[in-house]
Amino acid sequence: MAVAGVSTFNSTQEEVLIFKKESRWKEVIRRLKKDRLAMLGLAVVCAMILFALLADAIVPYSVALKMNLKLKLALPSWAGGPAGYWFGCDGYGRDLFARCLHGSRVSLLIGFATSFATLAVGSLLGALVGYVGGRLDDLVMRALDIFSAIPSTLFAMAVVAAMGPGIVNICIAISLTNIPGFVRIVRSSVLNVAEQEYIEAARAGGASIPYILVKHVLPNTVGTLIVQTTANVASMILTAATLSFLGLGINPPQPEWGALVSEGKEFLRTAPHLILFPGVMICVASFSMSVLGDGLRDALDPRLRN
Amino acid sequence: MKARTENMQTDAPLLSVKNLSVEYRTDLETVRAVNGIGFSLRKGETLGLVGETGAGKTTTALACMGLLPEATGHVACGTIELEGENLLELPESEMRKVRGERIAMIFQDPMTSLNPVMSVDEQIAEALELHNEDNKTARQIQERVDEVLLMVGIPASRKHDYPHQFSGGMKQRVVIAMALACEPTLLIADEPTTALDVTIQAQVINMIRGLRDRLGTAMIMITHDLGIVAQTCDNVAVMYAGRLIEVGRAADVFLPAGSVGSVNSIEHHPYTAGLFGSIPSLRDRARRLTPIPGLMPDPTNLPKGCGFAPRCLQKTPLCDEESPCAYGSGAHRVRCHLFAERDGWRKEDE
Repeated sequence: MAVAGVSTFNSTQEEVLIFKKESRWKEVIRRLKKDRLAMLGLAVVCAMILFALLADAIVPYSVALKMNLKLKLALPSWAGGPAGYWFGCDGYGRDLFARCLHGSRVSLLIGFATSFATLAVGSLLGALVGYVGGRLDDLVMRALDIFSAIPSTLFAMAVVAAMGPGIVNICIAISLTNIPGFVRIVRSSVLNVAEQEYIEAARAGGASIPYILVKHVLPNTVGTLIVQTTANVASMILTAATLSFLGLGINPPQPEWGALVSEGKEFLRTAPHLILFPGVMICVASFSMSVLGDGLRDALDPRLRN
Repeated sequence: MKARTENMQTDAPLLSVKNLSVEYRTDLETVRAVNGIGFSLRKGETLGLVGETGAGKTTTALACMGLLPEATGHVACGTIELEGENLLELPESEMRKVRGERIAMIFQDPMTSLNPVMSVDEQIAEALELHNEDNKTARQIQERVDEVLLMVGIPASRKHDYPHQFSGGMKQRVVIAMALACEPTLLIADEPTTALDVTIQAQVINMIRGLRDRLGTAMIMITHDLGIVAQTCDNVAVMYAGRLIEVGRAADVFLPAGSVGSVNSIEHHPYTAGLFGSIPSLRDRARRLTPIPGLMPDPTNLPKGCGFAPRCLQKTPLCDEESPCAYGSGAHRVRCHLFAERDGWRKEDE
């Protein structure tokens, strides 16, 4: 039955199809490009990641640890301090620029790793309990209530104290404290989506529960997920800072943004730049992640397409 | 699917619902939404299920699909047989195969029954992919998507568009295309035109009718619009408070033109007569509408006798005491005590 003409027609059709599939992602990128603030955020985030990756090539790690008490609390070079120390020196005379740069490795790693871990576990669990409901919902939500009843810092401290310090354990502790809140947010938006008629229509088409969860429910909550995750990156960095401050996080002398801020706190009156630079780093990182998240949410939503 | 069709005798019903009762149970109350209804549908036939809001029409449809809300919805008794197979006894995994492939459903509101973040071709392809027993390739599925879109009058070039880029009528066409993609033997249309404006309603109804005739699909048309029933249905079932109070061929149930009102309601259940009395006529200019007084009974506390008795103008003391059984004349059945003594009507077995 297959006539040559028909098959040619089909192959061109398939090419059109492939072209269309690619262009869907191209379109998301094109729409993201139109959003200047989001592009700025993306550029800053990329630059920060790049600097973190190339930290050793820019300034060796040993510089970040080398003490020189002659340079104690030295001002930045452009403010009259010794040449070559752009951010000045800390209370032990260590180069603050090198410490901020190498600290970004730890901070960004903790921020991203914990956010994505929370996203993965929280969204699946939240979608499951929100959509399935019933006993499972009661059981999981009450268990999470118990977690939320413990102050989060105390809980993270307990986890780190039990498992010992170290980046992996800190990540686990921070993720665990944030998962209950994330599950609650995902669950509420899933409850909203689950009662929409298109979910019932999908069931009427013969779809199973896991299929509906992954293909219909989660894509409709993606805006919430993105915004929450990008906002989390900043708060996770701060939680890590809190833990470091309490002596349960990164062990000194290893630099980390939060730890740098808490170290600088003692010299707030005499050398405010010690707190200024790592503080600005945290601000910039969290602000750029937030605007990037907002832009991504808008770019991924086909309803906002023009 | 072919084998199934060939083995079936022509007069054997495609769908046979017997003594179906559905309840919604919560801790506080039990809502008796459907109370012992029975009807059957042969291949290619269309049944109009008519009634007010809350009469149990949608509940009946959801019960046939096995989509009653799990926490509360509950089939109290009865059977629903599709081609001789009791759907109520099928496990969920088997039921999933029935949904979409053998029974498809068109939902009321096209604005909400399409997923806003999926393009329409993905949504139509979904049913095909879920019921892909003969291992169609991605290309064959896409060809079928183009085919059904063309069938409902949407150019294939628009298949990558998202629901919000279509108008309401176009969206309902997409919903219909989704339902028909797997060529179901039974289509349940739950008020498919309620959310559309009148001119689009006519288009969509005509299209549904045309496709039904072409594909030979049996259909249950749920509506409260008697005009749509007159246009599309072979058989009509009038539902009131979870019961079928009148069933028959469309010609039996519809009053002869011009005989609107209680005078000629001899051949009808008083409720059906009341329904027709509530329709404005194009011919008589000055006549006031005669609506049915009162409201539907509370489904958590149904009256002991006939459900319509509290509103019925021809009620007798018996109506409050005893639920009427069905009386039949030919294919026409009425559930009303008034027909007990009437010539040409005899008591029917349940």
